[in-house]
This record gives sequence, C-alpha cells and structure tokens, in this order.
Amino acid sequence: MISTDDIKFVAEQAYKRSGLVLSTDKGYLLESRLAPLARAEGFPSIDALIAAAKRDPNDRILWQITEALATHETFFFRDNTPFDLFKQEILPVLSRARGNSGSIRIWCAACSSGQEPYSLAMMLEEERARIGNLRFEIIATDMAPRVLEKAKAGVYSQFEVQRGLAIQRLVQHFEQQGDQWRIKPNIRAMVNFQKQNLLENFSNLGSFDVIFCRNVLIYFDADTKKRVLARLASQTAQDGYLIMGAAETVVGLSQDYSPVEGRRGLYGRAGAAKSAAA
Amino acid sequence: MKTCLVVDDSRVIRKVARKIIEELEFNCVEAADGSEALEACRKQMPDAVLLDWNMPVMNGLDFVKALRREEGGDTPVVVFCTTENDMAHITEALRAGADEYVMKPFDGDIIESKFQQTGLIRAS
Repeated sequence: MISTDDIKFVAEQAYKRSGLVLSTDKGYLLESRLAPLARAEGFPSIDALIAAAKRDPNDRILWQITEALATHETFFFRDNTPFDLFKQEILPVLSRARGNSGSIRIWCAACSSGQEPYSLAMMLEEERARIGNLRFEIIATDMAPRVLEKAKAGVYSQFEVQRGLAIQRLVQHFEQQGDQWRIKPNIRAMVNFQKQNLLENFSNLGSFDVIFCRNVLIYFDADTKKRVLARLASQTAQDGYLIMGAAETVVGLSQDYSPVEGRRGLYGRAGAAKSAAA
Repeated sequence: MKTCLVVDDSRVIRKVARKIIEELEFNCVEAADGSEALEACRKQMPDAVLLDWNMPVMNGLDFVKALRREEGGDTPVVVFCTTENDMAHITEALRAGADEYVMKPFDGDIIESKFQQTGLIRAS
C-alpha cells in the first residue's frame, strides 16, 4: 500500500508536469501503473521508487512516473466517426478553400503510440487520386518519450493491428516482420513526430487547419482545459477545425470554438459560421 | 436476429467464439469442417461466417471458394479466424473471397472490431 502522503506527493507532481488530475482515492491506479516502472528501474517496491524520486535532483524519475500515470490507450481508426468526418466533410471543404496547390496542416495532439496520425496518413494515401496536388503535413506530438519512440518506429503487435484496422489496410500499408507489423515507409514518411507537452508553449508548431485532440482534456481540470483550448484556438486557422472525443465538449470552456451542428466532436473557430455539409 | 456460422474443428474454439458472437446478438450455428459448413449454408445462408483454415475433410480456403460459387453464396460476410498469420495466407484468403481476417489468438474486442468493419454490426 502506498501511503496517503506519497499518493498526494505523486499526484501533485504529475499534475504540475502534465495537468493530469489524480484524486487521492486513486491509490489502486497508482499501484497498477507504478509497479511495472519500479520493477523496470530496479526498485524493490513502489515506496522505494517514490523515495528515490524525492531525492532525485534532476527530476528524471518524476517525469517517468508522470509518463507511467498517463493513459496511452489508442487504436487504429478509433471511434471511426472522426475519420469519416475528416474524409467526407473536412477534406472537401478545405481542399476547395486551399485550392489545388495549397497545403493542409494537421496536428494530432497527444498521439500516444501513433495509431491516430497513421490512420489519417493511410486515409490520405488512399484518397490520393481525389486530392490532386494538395499537400499535407501531419504533425503528431506526445509528452511521453516512450510512446513516441514506438510511434516513430511504427511497429505494432498482432493484437494492435487487429483493433480498428481493416484487413485490406493491413495488407496495403504494412509489412510483416516476424510476429510484428511495420507500417510502410511511404506512410511513415507522412507523419512528423515531436515531443510536446500540452502544458508548455507550443506556438512554435505553427498554425493548423485541423487539430485532433481527442480524449486528452478529459484528464485535466477545468482551468487547465480552458487554458489549453485557448492556446489551441490561437493556432487553429480561421476556417480550421478542432476534433475532440465523442464524450468531450468545449461548451463552458471555450468561446473560441463553436460546435458544428449535427457533428458530434467537431468544432470550428467561433465566428467562422460553419454548418454541416448537406 | 442475424446468424453467424462458426466453422472450426476445435470444440473449445467454437464454444469461445459462440459466447463472443452471442454477446454481439447473433444467432450462432456451428460446423466442424468446411463440408459441414457448406451443407449448413445450403440449408440457410448465414449473414456471417467465422472460419478456421486448417480442418479435416474440407479446409477453410476450399470452403470459401465453394461458398462463393453457391447460389446466394456471395452474401455472407466471411471472416477467417486462424493461426495462419502471415501475409501470404491473408492475401490468398482475400483473393478466394474472404472479407476479413482474424489472426489467432483472438478476443471479443477483435471480433467486434472486425464485425464493425464489415458492417455486420454498428459501431458502438
């Protein structure tokens, strides 16, 4: 059992670093997520890991703890709807607006192990004939180096490639490597992975036409949500879009975005007057 | 209620698959090899077939080829479910007329995902 003081300490540190809100009744969550880290780092117990974190002058262990506490759950084409919306609604509107020689910038914020940006890249590759000369740039970021490494490698287990990914897409976009599956170089090359903590300044990433920020803000408190949304909005093109998780909303948190009517999880910049394509 | 035919020579696998498929609200019919499965299809075409590859009498690949030649045999969604987990087998199955492919070991999430992909069930 982790002591209440230690839970409080870890929760405070994780919140400070990532915005992740852990209530003190989440002791079981701490134990299940920190036990593997303690083992991997050679500590005899979670207590020993936390004690070492308190002594660690350069914060390395606290960052590892924060990373371990975050949820990295993801899979290919998760929830489907956002990808359908992207293909059927966003893509036609933006390609009309940007013209044939324009470019579209997409940001997957908190991309975890890369399934979301790669799903988009596969889709764009399949739409290539329709897209013409329009150029695409997909930036995918996460604060956790461990999942980013996996994303960059683009190598997935048999289990991972069977969740959400149609078999035709596996055949078309992956190469088998023993019992693992590696995303093909042409898809890999379409995504630019970078380390980025959403609590820190991300203005250097530039302005985006589409931001996917799904199932991320749910782990933040209201103030953090507001701050992150305001900064996301300032980097969303005037006619750009924000896509959030199905259970999330900006209502009450941001005046900068307004929902696209009838399209759950899809938001435009306030004042840009977007209506759903007929 | 939609019907799914589960074809596998292992009774244990059929039982596991049946439980998953019934939870997805399908009526489940079982067959122990391709030939039994073909007979079942002639009696009543199922909406879906969950199909093992290696079986005695008639294997899964021969079954799907035969099924696609039957009258009405183009309608069932055929999902392979096999330990043959290499690209060569997958492409061969797709060429023979399979719609989806599950590599064993499988679980309820994978079957549900594949059934959604092929439009057998709606996304939750």
